[in-house]
Order: sequence, then C-alpha cells, then structure tokens
Amino acid sequence: MPEQLTIEPKTSLRSGPDARGHFGPFGGRYVAETLMPLILELEAAYRAAQADPAFRAELDWLLKHYVGRPSPMYFAEKLSTYLGGAKIYLKRDELNHTGAHKINNCIGQILLAKRMGKTRIIAETGAGQHGVATATVAARFGLPCTIFMGARDVERQSPNVFRMKLLGAEIVPVTSGSQTLKDAMNEALRDWVTNVHDTFYIIGTAAGPHPYPELVRDFQSVIGTEAREQLLELEGRLPDVAVAAVGGGSNAIGLFHPFLDDPVELVGIEAAGHGIDSGEHAASLTGGKPGVLHGNKTFLLQDEDGQITDAHSISAGLDYPGIGPEHAWLHSIGRVRYESITDREALEAFKMLCREEGIIPALEPAHALAYVAKRAPQMGKDEILLMNLCGRGDKDIFTVADALGVKL
Amino acid sequence: MSDRLSRRFAALDGRAGLVTFVCGGDPSPELTAPILHALVAGGADIIEVGMPFTDPMADGPAIQAGNIRALGAGISLKKLLAIVTDFRTRDADTPLILMGYVNPILAYGPDRFASDARAAGLDGVILVDLPPEEADEMLPALNGSGLHLVRLATPTTDAARLPAVLEGASGFLYYVAVAGITGANSAQASDIAAAVARLKASTALPVAVGFGVKTPAQAAAIARHADAVVVGSAIVDLVGSAHARQSNDIPGEVEAFVSTLSAAVRSARLETAA
Repeated sequence: MPEQLTIEPKTSLRSGPDARGHFGPFGGRYVAETLMPLILELEAAYRAAQADPAFRAELDWLLKHYVGRPSPMYFAEKLSTYLGGAKIYLKRDELNHTGAHKINNCIGQILLAKRMGKTRIIAETGAGQHGVATATVAARFGLPCTIFMGARDVERQSPNVFRMKLLGAEIVPVTSGSQTLKDAMNEALRDWVTNVHDTFYIIGTAAGPHPYPELVRDFQSVIGTEAREQLLELEGRLPDVAVAAVGGGSNAIGLFHPFLDDPVELVGIEAAGHGIDSGEHAASLTGGKPGVLHGNKTFLLQDEDGQITDAHSISAGLDYPGIGPEHAWLHSIGRVRYESITDREALEAFKMLCREEGIIPALEPAHALAYVAKRAPQMGKDEILLMNLCGRGDKDIFTVADALGVKL
Repeated sequence: MSDRLSRRFAALDGRAGLVTFVCGGDPSPELTAPILHALVAGGADIIEVGMPFTDPMADGPAIQAGNIRALGAGISLKKLLAIVTDFRTRDADTPLILMGYVNPILAYGPDRFASDARAAGLDGVILVDLPPEEADEMLPALNGSGLHLVRLATPTTDAARLPAVLEGASGFLYYVAVAGITGANSAQASDIAAAVARLKASTALPVAVGFGVKTPAQAAAIARHADAVVVGSAIVDLVGSAHARQSNDIPGEVEAFVSTLSAAVRSARLETAA
C-alpha cells in the first residue's frame, strides 16, 4: 500500500485493477447475487479505510509491534558461495509472528472487519498458515473464528490444526471434492452466503472476487516495499532478479508489485508436483487455461468441459488449481515470467537451506529456492538475486520426513 | 422470440406455476430424459436442468451430491444438449432452462453454446456466478440466439441495486428466498409476500421463488404470493436416495413426488379464496 496517494503515470503497471476489478481480461466479480451487495460494501469500506490516516496508523503499529516488521533482509553469504554466482538475498518473512507472510494480510482484513461492524470471522486454509494467521488475529481482536480446511490437509498439516485450536478457532474439515484448498474455499463461500449479515470472510490469497485480489495485494505489498528500501540501503541498488513461489500468489504479488515499474526481472515459481507432463501438478499458468472459479476469471487447471481438475503439490499451500488474476495478467503481458519446480526439486532445496544457512524453510518457498539454485550459478558475482522466504518449515517436517522415508 | 416461457406463464390462468430442478445426468445421462418427462407428467410447468460443475459454490449437500453422481456418470455440456434435443422430440411446449455455473459455458464458448442450446430446444439459462456486472461476455450471445438470461434477486438485493439486476433480465425473475445455499432453511411466507410485492413493483416479469422449498405445504404457501415456486434439492435428494437403493423406476418415483407438489401449488389460491 503506498504511503500516500501518488499520481501514477499512465504507463504504470501498478495502477490496476480497473473500476470493475479487472486486470486486463482477468479478475472481476463472479459471485452469487446474494454476495454482490457485500462485495460492493467491502469495496466501499476499503476505499474509506485507504483514505483514513487512522486506519493506516493502526495497521502500521500492529505490523511493527505485533507482527515484528520490518522483516530482515538477509544476505545469504554461505548459500551464495555454495551456489557460486549471484549474491542471494532472502527477505525473511518467515520470521513474522505466526511464521509466514499470511499475517500481513490478516491484520489488514480484520481491521476492515472491525470497521464494518462484523462480529464473526471465517477463512479457508490449505497448509494451515493462513488459518493460523486468521485464528491469531481473531483471538487478538476477540472475534469468534471458523476455519475451513480440506480433510486431506487436516491430516497432512496436523501441527497447524492444533495451533488453530489453541488459538480458539473452530476447524471444519471439508470432505467434498479433492478435500484440499479449493474445496475449503467452496465451503467458506457457502458459509459466507448463509451468514452475510454478521460474517467477514478473510480470504488468504490474492484471488477471489474484486476487491480481494487488490486488497490482499496491497496488504502484502509491505514485503516488496520494505525489500526495495532495504536493498537500496544495503547495496545502493535494486535487485537484478526477484523470485517468489506462487500458489494463489499472495506472497509473490506482495514482493513483485512495488518492483513492477522497475528494471527488475520478476520470476514466479509454480508447483510442478510430479512434473507438468504427469498431469499431477498445481501449475495453472504453465498447464491451465482461462476460466472462472471462486469469484474471478483467471488461469485454471480444467478439462475440456470446463470442469476443474485436481491440483497436486507436496506443498499444501500451493495445492490449488487457480492463481490470482493479477498474476494471470502479468503472465499474459509478459511482465513476470512463471516457471515451475517439482516436488523432488523443492525437497532438495529444502534440505540445502537447512544445511547451508541453518534455516528450515516452508515447502512453499522451497520451490522458489530450487529456482534460485538453478539460476544463481548462471549469474555474475556482482548481480543480486532476491527471494521471498515467505514461511518457515516447522509445519512441514512430517511431510518432509515422509517424503524422505523417515519415520518420526 | 418464439417464447415458450411467456406462453406458459400466460397459460397458468391465475394459478402459480411449478418449476422443478434436477441435475442433468443424475444419476446417469440415460435416465435424464425419462426423468425430465416424469417431471412434466407430475405437473411441472417449467423445468430447470442443472449443468453439473465440480465446484458448485452456491449449492448445498443435496445438489453437490447430484453433481458428483452426474459427473461420475460422464455428463458433459455436449451430452446435456443432446439430452435436451431428445426431450424435445416428445415435448415441444415445456420451457426448459439450463442452470449452472459459468465456467463450463466459457469452456464450450459462449457463441457456440448459444447457438447449439437454441438448436437443442433450450429456452434460457440461469448462471449462478454471473452477476449483471460480468454479463457482457454472455448476454449478447444468449439474446442473439433468443435465449433468456434469467436473473436472480435475493434478500440482500436492495432498492439501489435492483435496477442493475433487472437491466437485461428476461423470461422471469428468480427470487432466492433465503440468503444461503440451495436446500437449506426455508423463508417465512410473510417475508416472501413482502419481497414479491417489492419486486413486482419494479418489473413486469413473472417472479419465481425458490431455495428451501421442500414440501407440498411449503410450496403451497409460496404459491399464494409468487407467480411460480421452484423446488430443487428435495427432488435431487429423491433421485439420490432412489438411486442408492437401486430403484428400477426412478422416473416413476419422481413423478409421484412432483404430483404432490403440483397438486398443492394448483390448489393453493383456491384454498385461500375458500
């Protein structure tokens, strides 16, 4: 979110979406009529909040004293030497309260919920990081909270399920469909449409009906805004390349957005699961096509009849058949390049960061890290490669142990 | 437009109409046309046939299950249009509306869908996740082929928003009586009467009321105030349970249940008068 209103030049790539919530042909508000008035009310409340210095001040105070921002910008010297190329910088958003970038957005949205007089919070979660962050802010603001989570994810992310319960949230395992993130989102939307009068839906990624992709991006842009300032201070210049993992795409758009008008190469990393050719992946830009799901038009994994197909990734947080609409647009105009990394490559990168830097990353940013491992050696020693380390890996140790054949 | 819908509403002659919903392809594509005929035989005035979708976000458990059965049995939009063509060989008059989500139609292609749907004998579509704000891409193709885009109004549609909903609406207006998913709670008859009066003050279109209507008594209560009553989940539930116990006459069971609904709807206003 900009510190103050600035007049963007017409050629800026940072001025979207348009008044109807479209990024080029993507985005929009594809929701049931029952929800339309709510969506419009949310947009009006967000515009009012943006114009209110008190909102910004409260958000900034909470980000500093509750979340622990700014997160450090860490020069990973040992990893850089190991890979033998670019200077690698890690934006340490895994050091935030709750261990991931998700809380940046949850703080912003719960302040909006409070402004709108809503008294109940719901959210969907995949890996459980957004669920934990939502349960956290709900506890902090004293609002009851229900988290929808695919039954399969409840099983593979049991530490986060327990965390959410400790924080006072009610967990609803969702047994429909593939029992993962998309089904959790369906169920959250069903709850919302049933309880529109008192309920605020905190969407965790930069997707869903307008204005969610915009406001999630704005709340997450603190990542890129800080990174830009920190690198200018540390290195006196911007990075050559910035990399982030993409599921729905909230950490990536948060990192990328402040750099969109700069001469910085931006690379988003999708989850290739068992490989794009296997059909078992979560790379909606690489392996999907445009369609409508969960309130927005974007790239989706779907069959020729327009039925949504199951995503696959070892990372529950990337296991989603769509992607935020701004990413779909940035892909279509070629401003951001999207590549994909397999489960196996992500696991290797996970182990590499543990070994080389003493940092256990989440499986989501391990995908970005695997790209860094490929790319850094091709770059010069005076070039800067920035990666968003958007979550820590404590939650993933059971999954990783399982994948490595270790019994805990 | 050669308009089965307006002819059908005109022919109701002072009574309310019964609109029935089933999922296309549920429990199998082969049984769908017989079930559609059974709805008519039971007294349905208008049929909504659901185009199943993997992610039916506005639907409750009954219709979710119907979608899963139908997709599992291999339904596709192309097959559903073939079923409509087949239905039309024996029924030229009952209005048939396709109800569903926008993505399968986008994948088929709006223009190709509109012309194929018209050729098959559909009269209109209801797209749950296509509010007026996003209708540009669909409305010209549909209207160009003479298909209605039936709009939805809900308890949250306030006076400021209603004109946007009615802009470009045709066929009838579908009033979703409760804020929620299909097959959930039912609304109070008094609330429905007030809502229908409010809508009819703004539009000349017939107003059909649905969501949460499961029994003949509930249908009759709404029929006293609305131009038509929509029953969906209760019929889909019946199809599901008949299929589960391997009934060899699912269409017969559907016809028997719909007869109880249509009898209640047809006599609703007579009872009020008496």
